[in-house]
Amino acid sequence: MNPNYLDFEQPIAELEAKIDELRLVGNDSRISLSDEIGKLEDKNRKLTESIFRDLSAWQVSQLSRHPQRPYTLDYLDSLFEDFDELHGDRHFADDAAIVGGVARLDDKPVMVIGHQKGRDVKEKVRRNFGMPRPEGYRKACRLMEMAERFKMPVLTFIDTPGAYPGIDAEERGQSEAIAYNLAVMSRLKTPIISTVVGEGGSGGALAIGVCDELQMLQYSTYAVISPEGCASILWKSAEKASEAAQAMGITAERLKELGFVDTLIKEPLGGAHRNPQKMADSIKDALGASLERLEAMETDDLLSRRYDRLMSYGAPQ
Amino acid sequence: MSWLDKIVPSMSRTQRTDRRKSVPDGLWRKCPNCEAVLYLPELERHQSVCPKCDHHLRLTARKRLNWFLDTEGREEIAADLQPSDRLKFRDSKKYKDRLAAAQKSTDENDALIAMRGKLDGLPVVAVAFEFSFMGGSMGAVVGEKFVRAATQAMEEGVPLVCFAASGGARMQEALFSLMQMAKTSAALEKLKQAGVPYISVLTDPVFGGVSASLAMLGDLNIAEPNALIGFAGPRVIEQTVREQLPEGFQRSEFLLEHGTVDMIVHRHDMRERLGGVMRKLTHQSRLGQESEADEAPTQSTLDEFSQADH
Repeated sequence: MNPNYLDFEQPIAELEAKIDELRLVGNDSRISLSDEIGKLEDKNRKLTESIFRDLSAWQVSQLSRHPQRPYTLDYLDSLFEDFDELHGDRHFADDAAIVGGVARLDDKPVMVIGHQKGRDVKEKVRRNFGMPRPEGYRKACRLMEMAERFKMPVLTFIDTPGAYPGIDAEERGQSEAIAYNLAVMSRLKTPIISTVVGEGGSGGALAIGVCDELQMLQYSTYAVISPEGCASILWKSAEKASEAAQAMGITAERLKELGFVDTLIKEPLGGAHRNPQKMADSIKDALGASLERLEAMETDDLLSRRYDRLMSYGAPQ
Repeated sequence: MSWLDKIVPSMSRTQRTDRRKSVPDGLWRKCPNCEAVLYLPELERHQSVCPKCDHHLRLTARKRLNWFLDTEGREEIAADLQPSDRLKFRDSKKYKDRLAAAQKSTDENDALIAMRGKLDGLPVVAVAFEFSFMGGSMGAVVGEKFVRAATQAMEEGVPLVCFAASGGARMQEALFSLMQMAKTSAALEKLKQAGVPYISVLTDPVFGGVSASLAMLGDLNIAEPNALIGFAGPRVIEQTVREQLPEGFQRSEFLLEHGTVDMIVHRHDMRERLGGVMRKLTHQSRLGQESEADEAPTQSTLDEFSQADH
């Protein structure tokens, strides 16, 4: 069992281990194994294709949390240039579960804000597993209002299990911090594009996700509650997470059908983590196209379009 | 369980049901706080505040509005909106069946009631959550109705009052319900920009998606005494942080101390306090200083309230 691969990816892991082994042997000996390796690589591609052809909602949910999945800072590296990270909410603290700052997208100044998970244990803890506290949302709000003043589009990257359910977060007004962002984003006089790159966990995701255009990566999810949470409340058992994921329709594909998603961004074969640079390029293309559409609009039109869009959610048919 | 229960479980069970049945239906109710057995008409006269321990019991949305608004000139907003099962959601039960059961037991279409009316003559729009309708959860109908009420308040320039009591977003409507948070908050932001007051009254309990949107955005946030209010439920927090929660955590008094609410108002004082605040915010003269309001109407409307429900 390879911990860097999910359950349903294990056959791929085994095949890849075999290929690596052959490569090692090939380096040592005079016999050429390149034919053999080529065959196995071909087999591996076909295997991956067949596994990824028909993923369940629960499998997509696991992929969205894949330990190797690229996070916001990875995209800031690969997709933007000249990033200055800005810290703090000016009231209480700097929350490492949300990162943000000014950067350039093909020379164009933009404000980037996103959830950030950690890679190793120490960083995971420091970033609180990507679960923001109120100060994280208030930092995001400060940066968004700054973007409005300096006429920069806001690009948010969503990847969180949810807002942090902790004593300190409650004391400092978690609910208010989220609600306030929802209100501010509904009238922010600059284009907002949100991209769900991993987990879109409920209010904690939406608090930086009110937008003019919503993009989702192919294997990302967006839901009102985690499948486990939903299962333990409605099915009285967290084991039913797979059923809950299916019932709630949390995948990018399903949400596109339901009309929530403007752009579904295809992932490389096997998921974003298999080819992060290719993933970043696709996101960049999508962001560019979306920005072009939104920046062609007058601010008033942009805002009334955003308001109408919000009002259309769940409006009587 | 006592040893006797173990020996004769079936017998004891019958006895217990019998005991419960010996209290006549609909005449007595136990206070969930002090366990005093209360005579219902008496409890109604106290607006469901326990006369023994002052505990504020949960109130149905309709009773809440009946008691809050003057009897004259009430007009319900968007009463006909019907919930729909867009996702064909099914857990152990079908969402459709859950809806039907909730509609039957509450006699309401969904978990929010909205009304245009008057508070001691002051025109207001008021909405109230029906907690017994699927935990007062917010789905598309709740969001839509809230927005229509807010829009009407804005168009007429009259204050909006919301009595929240909700477990949060309605899971069975998945992302449709999550988006109601953004939808209602956007409508409230418009109201704010238009300079129309919005008072959010938090009653027991308010959590999740309702707490993290419309309920926290009041010009004034007001709580009823001892209501449980927060983002995450206490059990979830306990499981996450693995420590015991402090005494009084997430109660109204805790929220006041941490700066989340402006004041805690007793249910019996709600009309007067809210009226007083709204009259100041809208530059109306004090109650009793106008020609049409020469009698103090509070007590008379309270009496009408208790009559209206019987």
